[in-house]
Amino acid sequence: MGKSLFEKVWDAHAVCELPNGQTQLLIGTHLIHEVTSPQAFGMLAEKGIPVRHPERTFATVDHIVPTNEMQEPYSDPLAQAMIEELRRNCDEHGIRFFDTTTGMQGIVHIVGPEQGITQPGTTIACGDSHTSTHGAFGAIAFGIGTSQVRDVLATQTMALNKLKVRRINVDGQLSPGVYAKDVILHIIRTLGVNGGTGFAYEYGGEVFDSFSMEERMTVCNMSIEGGARAGYVNPDETTFAYLKDRPYAPKGRDWEAAVARWRSFASDADCLYDDVVTIRAEEIAPTVTWGINPGQGVFIDQTIPRVEDGKTVSERAGIDEALQHMQFEGGEPIRGTRINVAFLGSCTNGRLSDLKEVATYLKGRTVHPKVQAICVPGSQAVARIAEELGLDTVFREAGFEWRGAGCSMCLAMNPDKLVGDQICASSSNRNFKGRQGSVTGRTLLMSPLMVAAAAVTGEVSDAREVFGILEPAGV
Amino acid sequence: MALEKITEVTGRGVSVNGDDIDTDRIIPARFMKCVTFDGLGEYVFHDVRRNEDGTDRTHPLNEARFAGASLLISGNNFGCGSSREHAPQAIYRAGFRAVIAEGFAEIFFGNSIQLGMPCVTAEGKDLDVLRAVVNAEPEVLITIDVVKKEIRFRDRRIPCEIREGARNALLNGKWDPLQDLLSHAEEVEAVAANLPYMAGR
Repeated sequence: MGKSLFEKVWDAHAVCELPNGQTQLLIGTHLIHEVTSPQAFGMLAEKGIPVRHPERTFATVDHIVPTNEMQEPYSDPLAQAMIEELRRNCDEHGIRFFDTTTGMQGIVHIVGPEQGITQPGTTIACGDSHTSTHGAFGAIAFGIGTSQVRDVLATQTMALNKLKVRRINVDGQLSPGVYAKDVILHIIRTLGVNGGTGFAYEYGGEVFDSFSMEERMTVCNMSIEGGARAGYVNPDETTFAYLKDRPYAPKGRDWEAAVARWRSFASDADCLYDDVVTIRAEEIAPTVTWGINPGQGVFIDQTIPRVEDGKTVSERAGIDEALQHMQFEGGEPIRGTRINVAFLGSCTNGRLSDLKEVATYLKGRTVHPKVQAICVPGSQAVARIAEELGLDTVFREAGFEWRGAGCSMCLAMNPDKLVGDQICASSSNRNFKGRQGSVTGRTLLMSPLMVAAAAVTGEVSDAREVFGILEPAGV
Repeated sequence: MALEKITEVTGRGVSVNGDDIDTDRIIPARFMKCVTFDGLGEYVFHDVRRNEDGTDRTHPLNEARFAGASLLISGNNFGCGSSREHAPQAIYRAGFRAVIAEGFAEIFFGNSIQLGMPCVTAEGKDLDVLRAVVNAEPEVLITIDVVKKEIRFRDRRIPCEIREGARNALLNGKWDPLQDLLSHAEEVEAVAANLPYMAGR
């Protein structure tokens, strides 16, 4: 009987069984940021415990950094205190910090891969639920709480229960104008926001085989929105090609050995999954959320559900609560919903390929006069390359604000926030009430190109129509 | 220092209804601009409890009759979303010592257990009974028995579940695993030695 990648990585990193029945798992790579690490360092200091493997810990600052104010001290003294605390902790413990002055700062889930720190067959933890992103490389990556950040700093391990594995096949071919974001929104809508509880999701099938690393990252990123703590794609030539020559990737003879090792971690053809789900790519259309959790989505040509469409009491209550918050009428089309803000960025969709794809279609178009559109590159490296390619000019000329790197309006811990009950077309990952910084603010999740289409027309629109993306002949 | 063995939790309850209550709801992100967890209890469920001008909204946690409740009752997939430990920390620091729900999101559950705050699940119909009693008689004492996996109130008992590993951890005073993790340093290094990437290769 073969093994899944999850089991192979787990077995290679399991230290022992703890008295409470959990497994002590070695965490090879620990990523930290300013929001969830300071308390962990505080707990270590209190107990006088050193950082066990500072060379396996990497830090960046992303949640609180302003994107239109580069000079310190920041106007928000709390943000300034947090960045200084991280600097101090990294200095004190000898931890590599991709600070704002290094040209390598950015959202932690974008920095890890682009620096080549994220590698197949490894375990990764970070005090952020979107750590599942790194699974795109065939790593097992866990979002953890601050006490576990403390555990990993202190011991390079943590206590975990083994997850089950659900294989999700997406077979066939996506239609033009349908993106990785639509795939994951569709998966979450199909399996539910808690459908993945207790599972790691293994994504595969023809669509994933042909996806770029950045597309795989978009899907793995939102695994947690479906309740799955980890999500991954088996490593293949696409993975190795992406990693080659990245700063922290193995070099020379080590590279060949590493590729052979990485390849061996891929799930065996005869491995047994706890569950298998298959989805046809052709069934997926551009998807937009209408509610207050990422599972509340519809295709662009569908209508917003009515309360009575809920199959259970709880589902009906959920629809009712969502409609009230969103100020939407059940039965209305999602298309045509007026938007106030367009946000392009985040660890889900703030990568170079996202910006490139949008720029291709945005060239020569103009943001609707009533829309504030902002583009926030996911990292300084993304911003730099985009600027070299002239993408910033395309965005600026269209009427987008071109910002510095960070999490920005995905969770609004920096000055980028919705105001009042503004509606935001957003390429981010969560549409929870208040998520984008205003208690009554409203978030519609969608792909980057759908955000651009909404920005241009001022309302939720089908990007395929707005930008003239045609179905291939014969379909 | 040995940790407390948590075999049962007794207190008064308060129900915050709804499924999929996310961690942004429990503690909005702007309150995470801090370098300690101190004071987070004050902001638990802030945006559903307070208007923007700071006045109170209608919410069970604002009702005097539920003041001092230490058992939080909610629906399915409680604590979904972010991995922020700020969420269970805020609940704990607001005086809660256990959460009863129809289901929990994975990361929230783990974070809570590690604080020694049991999270137990019960069937929806049983939770409806519990909610009705709590709402009618907020002074009723409720006991979560982690040993017997049951919730007792008045003359009733309803079954509850908790993942076995977490249950053992609570019962044996092993809910914070740090000491155990630290005690295996040699074994950890032996595993690390077989992983070339740990040495940057």
